Amino acid sequence: MSDFFPRWTNQLPLMAAVGAVVVGTSVLAGTWYYLTPKYSRVGYQPIQPVAFSHAIHADQLGMECRYCHSSVDKSWFSNIPATATCMNCHEVVAKDSPKLERVRQSYASGKPIPWVQVHKVPDYVYFNHSVHVTRGISCVKCHGEINKMDEVQHAKSLTMGFCLECHRGPENHIRPNEFVTQLDWKGTVDGKQLVHDWNVQPGQSCSTCHR
Amino acid sequence: MAKATTATLPAPRGHAAAVKAAEPPRELAREPLVLNNRSLGWITNAIAGICENPMPKWWWPAFIVSAGGAAMMFGLIAYLISTGIGVWGLNQPADWAWDITNFVFWIGIGHAGTLISAVLFLLRQKWRTSINRAAEAMTIFAVVCAGIFPVIHTGRVWFAMLWLPPIPNHMDVWPQFRSPLLWDVFAVSTYGTVSVLFWYVGLVPDLATLRDRAKTTLRKFFYGFFALGWSGSNRHWSNYEKAYLILAGLSTPLVLSVHSIVSFDFAVSQVPGWHTTIFPPYFVAGAIFSGFGMVLTLLLPMRTLFKLEDIITVRHVELMCKVILATGSIVGYAYGMEFFIAWYGGSPYELWAFLRNRVADPFIFGPLFKVPPAPYWWAYWMMISCNVISPHLFWSKKLRTNMVFVWLVSIVVNIGMWFERFVIIVTSLHRDYLPSSWGYFNPSWVDVCTFAGSFGLFMTLFLLFMRFLPVIAISEVKGVTPQADPHHPSGGAKGHH
Repeated sequence: MSDFFPRWTNQLPLMAAVGAVVVGTSVLAGTWYYLTPKYSRVGYQPIQPVAFSHAIHADQLGMECRYCHSSVDKSWFSNIPATATCMNCHEVVAKDSPKLERVRQSYASGKPIPWVQVHKVPDYVYFNHSVHVTRGISCVKCHGEINKMDEVQHAKSLTMGFCLECHRGPENHIRPNEFVTQLDWKGTVDGKQLVHDWNVQPGQSCSTCHR
Repeated sequence: MAKATTATLPAPRGHAAAVKAAEPPRELAREPLVLNNRSLGWITNAIAGICENPMPKWWWPAFIVSAGGAAMMFGLIAYLISTGIGVWGLNQPADWAWDITNFVFWIGIGHAGTLISAVLFLLRQKWRTSINRAAEAMTIFAVVCAGIFPVIHTGRVWFAMLWLPPIPNHMDVWPQFRSPLLWDVFAVSTYGTVSVLFWYVGLVPDLATLRDRAKTTLRKFFYGFFALGWSGSNRHWSNYEKAYLILAGLSTPLVLSVHSIVSFDFAVSQVPGWHTTIFPPYFVAGAIFSGFGMVLTLLLPMRTLFKLEDIITVRHVELMCKVILATGSIVGYAYGMEFFIAWYGGSPYELWAFLRNRVADPFIFGPLFKVPPAPYWWAYWMMISCNVISPHLFWSKKLRTNMVFVWLVSIVVNIGMWFERFVIIVTSLHRDYLPSSWGYFNPSWVDVCTFAGSFGLFMTLFLLFMRFLPVIAISEVKGVTPQADPHHPSGGAKGHH
């Protein structure tokens, strides 16, 4: 025995135990940090086919979100505008800008611009935009400060825990309907009163979203 | 070492030197647990020799077949995960079928190991020493097989990591602590952990024996590594026996708790046929019944093939048959009581589940109760004939001592116990409250081959165990030989007091 295993091997059990704790903790912490959407989704910023800047349109020019995303308060789906919507202005404004070449081509050919989808919930999640937007949940709550972005970036994690945080305490997130599309709104409001008045009952059961 | 200590002690008062106890009268002498007056050295050679010498010719074919079965199972699990749960035959209304049947079947088999190693140890049943090592190994391998099924039956197994143990996660999903399915996770994982610890602690002195006998460097390293520096000193033995006793105390409640909790998966629900208070004791008895069946199925060929008949004696086999007889009778009683309560309880649904889904066969009970035959009558009567009738053959000493017969009955017992779980699960589910959604479960080929493959995995692990580890607890068997008993004429420090 002693001629086979040198003396230091008596420390092996301790070393193994310490090693297991260190490795186990790092694997757990690493998984927790790197393999969740908080890390893997946030910051996703695909390059769009046209360099459309929300900062210019929504912030500098003060355009209403619903001018382009017109179905957001009527439908589960928030639409990406057709090229025709762009051309409402750009037939006149910056009509010869080389940055808009792709938009003009699309308008002429009728082929839509292949915008890259940034925010996407899984197929097994039922999410309805209109019910949120018409009950005082602002765009900024899920999409972040889109109005400050040149290229749209995934700002929030959109994990199930993220949804549940608001569903468990909507009074902390709700605002008067007229400020829903004002992403910079900093006012205060009695959230409990709004939740009561509008009879807001965000479900927390599985079937609320997984139908 | 014991010899050296006693030699230096003064002789007990009143005893002159060289007092020899008289042989007990023949009719009072117990049959020894090791036959043919085998010496301690013979025991070491017989058991350690198995894993030191090349395996007999049958080992490789057996291993290849078993490993092939295990590979088939893992292949089919990959197919299941990549394709979806629809590759199995289960569907509404029978959402649980072979998956959970196999889980309960395997976890039940594991119970004999803990019973033998812990309960029989605390009850000072010395005959356990010849069978406990293999039974504990069987327990661990059965728990491995059992653990696979509840995980894969979730379909999206990558989420099972978050559904089974309570881990804080980004979905804020938390397991339902009021659900017996979660209790199961804790019960089975505790059981697996304690079984492995118990098995390993018991192995340490024997691993040291193998280490000391090892010829090759590899063997010296591995046996030496796992023997934890065991030197057989007094202090080592004293600590070892304390640890073993504590582990026996810890595992004893597990014999009862694990299968009770498994039975809660059914008993806590409100499905007629499942919602039954008798389930916990009935499941525990059934588990020990099936576990001893499996122990016999494995050990009977093993004792013959490795020529261990002097250590695993006919008396050992007989004692195990008696456990099967006792637990089989409890199971039979439970079947009768379940049926009685289904009628006496007055719930029409409960009675329906028992009479019209299970008992009513087309020949006797259907016509007797004037009901149409139950769709699964064949499964129910398969279970009754295997579990209720076959163990009662063991009342006969002649049959108990016929090894081939015992082996066949041990297999029948396990067939019956598999059918018991199938009957409980599928017959209760396949016809629920809504006749329009009644169905009939048919297994798919994937169901069948996955289950068959789990036997491959089980046998692969058991064959490897036979190849590399002492199949019988060498040091413990030595302790129950006549030579180890100081009061026995041939034992103790001979000629010194």
